[in-house]
Amino acid sequence: MSGLLKLKTAAELRQIYLRHEMFPTIFCDGCGLGNVLNYTLWALDELQLDLDRTVFVSGIGCSSRLSGYVNADGMHTTHGRALAFASGIKAAQPDLNVIVFTGDGDGSGIGGNHLLHTIRRNMDLTVILVNNFTYGMTGGQVAPTTPIDSFSTTTPYGNIEYPLDICALAQTLGAPYVARWMINQPYPPIKSIAQGIQKRGFALIEMLVPCPTAYGRRNGLKQLETIWQWYRDHTILIDDYEHIMHFGSPEERAALHDKIKIGVFQDYERESFEERWATLVEQVKL
Amino acid sequence: MKQEIRICGFGGQGVITAAVILGKAAAVYDGLIACQVQSYGPEARGGAARAEVIIANEPIGYPGIHAADILVAMSQEAFNRYINDIRPGATIIIDPDMVITYEAAPYAHLVPSTRIAEELGNVVVANIVMLGAVTALTGVVSREAMLASTLASVPSKFKALNQQALEAGMTVVAGLSP
Amino acid sequence: MSTHRDRLRQAMGDKVQFVQGDDACAYGAILAGCTFFAGYPITPATEVAERMAEILPKIEGCYIQMEDEIASMGAIVGASWTGVKTMTATSGPGFSLMQENLGYAIMTETPCVIVNVQRSGPSTGQPTLGAYGDMMQARWGTHGDHEIIMLCPASVQEAMELTIVAFNLAEAYRTPVLVFIDGELGHMRERLVIPEDDEFELVERTCATSREGYRPFAADENLVPAFAPFGAGFRTYVTGLTHNEAGLPRSASAPIHDQLVRRLADKILRNTDQIIRYEEFGAEECEIAIIAYGITARACRDVVEEGRQRGLKVGLLRLITIWPFPDEVVARWATRVQAILVPEMNLGQIVHPIREAVAGRCPVMLQSKIGGELHTPTELIDALEELRCQVC
Repeated sequence: MSGLLKLKTAAELRQIYLRHEMFPTIFCDGCGLGNVLNYTLWALDELQLDLDRTVFVSGIGCSSRLSGYVNADGMHTTHGRALAFASGIKAAQPDLNVIVFTGDGDGSGIGGNHLLHTIRRNMDLTVILVNNFTYGMTGGQVAPTTPIDSFSTTTPYGNIEYPLDICALAQTLGAPYVARWMINQPYPPIKSIAQGIQKRGFALIEMLVPCPTAYGRRNGLKQLETIWQWYRDHTILIDDYEHIMHFGSPEERAALHDKIKIGVFQDYERESFEERWATLVEQVKL
Repeated sequence: MKQEIRICGFGGQGVITAAVILGKAAAVYDGLIACQVQSYGPEARGGAARAEVIIANEPIGYPGIHAADILVAMSQEAFNRYINDIRPGATIIIDPDMVITYEAAPYAHLVPSTRIAEELGNVVVANIVMLGAVTALTGVVSREAMLASTLASVPSKFKALNQQALEAGMTVVAGLSP
Repeated sequence: MSTHRDRLRQAMGDKVQFVQGDDACAYGAILAGCTFFAGYPITPATEVAERMAEILPKIEGCYIQMEDEIASMGAIVGASWTGVKTMTATSGPGFSLMQENLGYAIMTETPCVIVNVQRSGPSTGQPTLGAYGDMMQARWGTHGDHEIIMLCPASVQEAMELTIVAFNLAEAYRTPVLVFIDGELGHMRERLVIPEDDEFELVERTCATSREGYRPFAADENLVPAFAPFGAGFRTYVTGLTHNEAGLPRSASAPIHDQLVRRLADKILRNTDQIIRYEEFGAEECEIAIIAYGITARACRDVVEEGRQRGLKVGLLRLITIWPFPDEVVARWATRVQAILVPEMNLGQIVHPIREAVAGRCPVMLQSKIGGELHTPTELIDALEELRCQVC
């Protein structure tokens, strides 16, 4: 893929890719989910993916509503279980492209064990995990990703638990493609989603999105500009991070402790479950 | 005709395998009705094990054993536990090297299956020796069915050994009187 | 050149076998055309998964061991939407975990089969022993209003036959179907004769023919919608939320919810004559009836003959379909007999719908037995004698 994408306009994309009967969306003002959908559609368009042969699977939560807005086969499943359903679809019909939309609570909280094992198995899925630090649909409760000391309806005195780094987990488990981006720049996430779809095996793209309504307003991040500034201040590209860790002063290194790394963390080749199963079938079939 | 057979011993002696082969001989090769149930101790090896087979020529309802018509005991513990659960006139077969005290069944057929199996070169076929004895003594299944079932149930490289064990079991009881 | 059906038979082995109830469920699935199995090991159901793991790659199907029973149920529902026949198998603890996605399968009208080889609960209970303690969980385990189809075989051969029937019902009514056996039957070996293809019927889900105006959840006169598999260009949206005929979420609409959930129930309730199966013994001149199901019915069958020899006019109604409950059949028996004995391997579960159907026409006595042992014919005769003393 070239560095310069030839992008269709949002109006053109809408016409081609969206399920019009589903609109308007359920998303609040300032929510980043629309951007994630938009970037996904651009990636689909870049790859000219056949929507008749693509299934969008999701669990429960705001981000899991995304599957319904794309005009393709879609499966809006139970809370946390999207990867189990998606694995069934992909294992039974490996020719289909299966893209999963999930959230931080859905994908790494209630669905954490499925995430772990779907990566271990290396199912050929593209998982777009939208992390907004909270359970948004239920009104803003603490999530596995909620930053320490921040407030939610169930941590009214501040969150005492350590947040989960989902990408670090996926990397450790051997996912062939792992990336994290924020939504204030479209190109890197579009490129990553396209790379993830093309990657054989498990691809995780974690998208950091603001949730002004449920998370932001309890943590001084209600205004859009404040939110986006927060993300700029609290994220660092993986290359910069590593450079500072290698060559930076002790003060510079210490300043990294509350930064969220972004970028492509892992990108390598590994046979998928489907490929290995097909090989096994070739050996034993009658 | 309805015969209830209980094979018991300790885990690892192959009592369940023996019951499966016996049931299969009846159900698959002799055209009879058979039903086999099993129970294990909690351990996979060494605990008390028993397996039961019912062989009949009409449909079997209740699949449990009321009282055994044929009891094969391959351990003292199993013998002590099941010797009272037999029908009058039941055929009792014990391995005298494993069941030392059997005053409760002075008329038992003594089949040194473990020793015979060792002499044949592998103690694991002691259960098959017992099946040979059961076949020859009771005729609950035909010799042909028992051989076919045994050969169909063991890995090919052990077929000859198992056939020898089966025949040894049949031979050893030929000279015994009840 | 061997056909696919020939290969299925080759993968299963000999036509006549001496195998366990668990194996029989696997064979039934293979004969029914199941090509996808997802499961998780659990005593006493593991052998079902083991057989499927052995056979499915041989016939170019797919076996996948999931991380738990929640995922197993999710995977078979997902796979079913690609148009293949799917199954999972478990026991009580796993069946508890499956309830969430079982409800999803009902709501999304997904054909699939679940085998539950029951063991005693609550909780881990008695893993290796048989029980029938999940009968009501099957009916009401998943939340919300719904109907379910459940079949209870009593022998190894019937476990295979009813697994085929379960697939047929799942396909015909687009709903999950349960096959309930128990640890005893699951591990019991009997003769199994694998039938020829012309000896049983196979039903396939009705598929949509045209994308033009296709509405994925608009039902036919039988109340079942036509199915369009993922990847066929129909672009179906499937959701567990209350949805309209187009499949779009309408979770705040009372009329749409009412219409959908009543149709899901009615597609089963209006077809009970096609779904309900039972067997009757000694129905003529019967004074005391036994109503039984599953492995317990075997001893009851013995007792009908034995009881009649003792002058007890005993009959047996063996329920094969438990859900939807055959109330009319039970009510018909209640009008003809003086008392009903219900032996159950639980503390009394199916006795409740039986009492409801009997509606006071005659006394109904529960004979409950738990702990892993079956009712013996002697115990049943004793109970029948006691019941006769009470009513005669």
